[in-house]
Amino acid sequence: MKTDIEPTSSTAPPQDRARGTGRLGDKIFLGLSRGSGILLLAIMAAIAVFLTIRAISAISEDHGNFLTTFEWNTTSRPMVFGIAVLAYGTIVSSIIAMLIAVPIAVGIALFISHYAPRRLATPVAYVIDLLAAVPSIVYGLWGALFLVPHLTGLYQWLDDYLGWTKLFEYNDGAPRSLFTIGILLAIMIIPIVTSVSREVFRQVPQMHEEAALALGATRWEVVRMSVLPFGRSGIISASMLGLGRALGETMAVATVLSPSYDIVPSLLDPGGGTFAQNIAAHFKEADGPARDALIASGLVLFVITLLVNGAARLIIARRKEYSGAAA
Amino acid sequence: MSNAVIDKTELAGDAPRPALRQPRLPKWAPIGLALISAGLGCGIGVAGDLSSKVQWGLIAAALFVLISFALTAKVEGSRQAKDRLATSLIWVCFLLAVIPLVSLIWETIDRGSKVLDGYFLGHSMEGVQTILPGGGAYHAIIGTLEQVGIATAIAAPIGLLTAIYLVEYGRGRLAKAVTFFVDVMTGVPSIVAGLFILTFWIIILDFDYSGFAGAMALAILMMPIVVRSTEEMLKLVPNELREASLALGVPKWRTILKVVLPTAIGGIITGVMLAVARIAGESAPIVLLVFGAQGINNNPFEGAQSSLPYYVYEQWQLGNDASFNRAWAAALVLIAFVMILNLLARGIARWKAPKTGR
Repeated sequence: MKTDIEPTSSTAPPQDRARGTGRLGDKIFLGLSRGSGILLLAIMAAIAVFLTIRAISAISEDHGNFLTTFEWNTTSRPMVFGIAVLAYGTIVSSIIAMLIAVPIAVGIALFISHYAPRRLATPVAYVIDLLAAVPSIVYGLWGALFLVPHLTGLYQWLDDYLGWTKLFEYNDGAPRSLFTIGILLAIMIIPIVTSVSREVFRQVPQMHEEAALALGATRWEVVRMSVLPFGRSGIISASMLGLGRALGETMAVATVLSPSYDIVPSLLDPGGGTFAQNIAAHFKEADGPARDALIASGLVLFVITLLVNGAARLIIARRKEYSGAAA
Repeated sequence: MSNAVIDKTELAGDAPRPALRQPRLPKWAPIGLALISAGLGCGIGVAGDLSSKVQWGLIAAALFVLISFALTAKVEGSRQAKDRLATSLIWVCFLLAVIPLVSLIWETIDRGSKVLDGYFLGHSMEGVQTILPGGGAYHAIIGTLEQVGIATAIAAPIGLLTAIYLVEYGRGRLAKAVTFFVDVMTGVPSIVAGLFILTFWIIILDFDYSGFAGAMALAILMMPIVVRSTEEMLKLVPNELREASLALGVPKWRTILKVVLPTAIGGIITGVMLAVARIAGESAPIVLLVFGAQGINNNPFEGAQSSLPYYVYEQWQLGNDASFNRAWAAALVLIAFVMILNLLARGIARWKAPKTGR
């Protein structure tokens, strides 16, 4: 650092030179850092462009309707494939995951921020973060070899009491179904939903809570009247981030689900598929055009996750502005 | 907290004021109720001949919530009952989240330790009959280390520079766009990143499957994570430090390199390590781009490799007991690797936490 300070003494020429190199260094550094920012944007654009190019060539060879065909037959010529089953499976399993995960995750976030004894709160937050670090393939292995055999009882029970809805009809067999996927995805997205909501709950102004307490509110009333209203948009965006994860999950679904190309009316029976699972399952046997068909389905997945994540981020950003909270 | 306040007023007052204090359940009530309902849950489970232990637990939880609600409503009034209901529901949420984690870790350690030994870590699957015990994950460990190493070498500098741009230079539209798309990029599914490299590198540029192709996809997944965490850390550096340095006539780029970065280095390293832990477990891009190999391939730039997550998937697909054992063992190695990275990263974060002067 000294070398930089010395040239700024009274002698003119070294000072000029120093300023010159400083500016040059600044220019290079600014160029590098701005360049990598632009590179990130370019990558996002390139993902969209390249996938679209391949997808267009695949769809032009599709002899079914890309949006409504159930089949995924890319080995025969002409190819007949459509994303109807995949879209259904992806959306249904993600919705099940959200229905299970969001209430639990919000509960855990409240537990950490408002309910747990201090000594418990930090380790719990830590454990939840570790849960997020477990690789998805390990969840998949655990789901397939441990969760699936342990769910038959529950499914039998659901069938006994809710079987008449047709939605929860269960015929014997390994329950490698969309509902199982939903449960597994829920376990996988709980950490992210929890950590984002926890951050929001922590920002609730202390004054609001104290005011409620001073009026004699119970702890639950404090949560309901000051914490949840403040954190609502935070919870929404947290759930959407979780939804983004659930939509794109590949390996856990590929290991657990037993896929088929029809829409099974019951959630508990095996069958169906998701975008990501279909790509992973078919990739090895796919030749050129079949690969393009998979890329086309990947593009749909990319667009969906992009919209969901973008919306979540916009909600977070807007909230930041009006609450005045940093970070 | 409200109750504590009431207690105090009661102590301070001279005359006993019973109206201020509602009858309350004793402090041990929740624990007692939990034990009772756990017992009842097991009892119903045994009596009703329910095979699944999960059901036992769920019945016990439901009983606990119901009994404590009813009892509190009777003794303490409905507002307190609602409070207690919420409290127990929130505790149930917490327990529900802990159960899968404990089960997952336990299963992995229990089943993984069967075949995990020096032989497993030191040998590949070359020439091993897949239905027989034997073989190992050496090739997969090599693959993971090389791919993750290359991905880090690509993503860490780019991520770091982008974060510096956003915090130190970024004003205006470009910075806003970068911030937004970095956030969105965090949500790009790993399989889509894999497909992108597939179209770009393998289909259009016509390269072959290799560890490097997988590493590029991993780098795409890693960049936004590094940017986010580094950005947070750089924002924590007090502005006074920058101003002091600039006031001494130090050019901005040297200020960043010599003052800002060293102050935040602990957090930056933590962020990079967490990102490494995150991508080490990614298998989807590896399936698409590295293609899996049974033998040892030390060269990430040519030919198929393997990686730990891919190895787990491959062994699971083989579908026999010997391969399941190998899958669990590899899963155990993977979890251990990720967890150690996590713990180290957090240790560094605590050790080198920037003093923000607050």
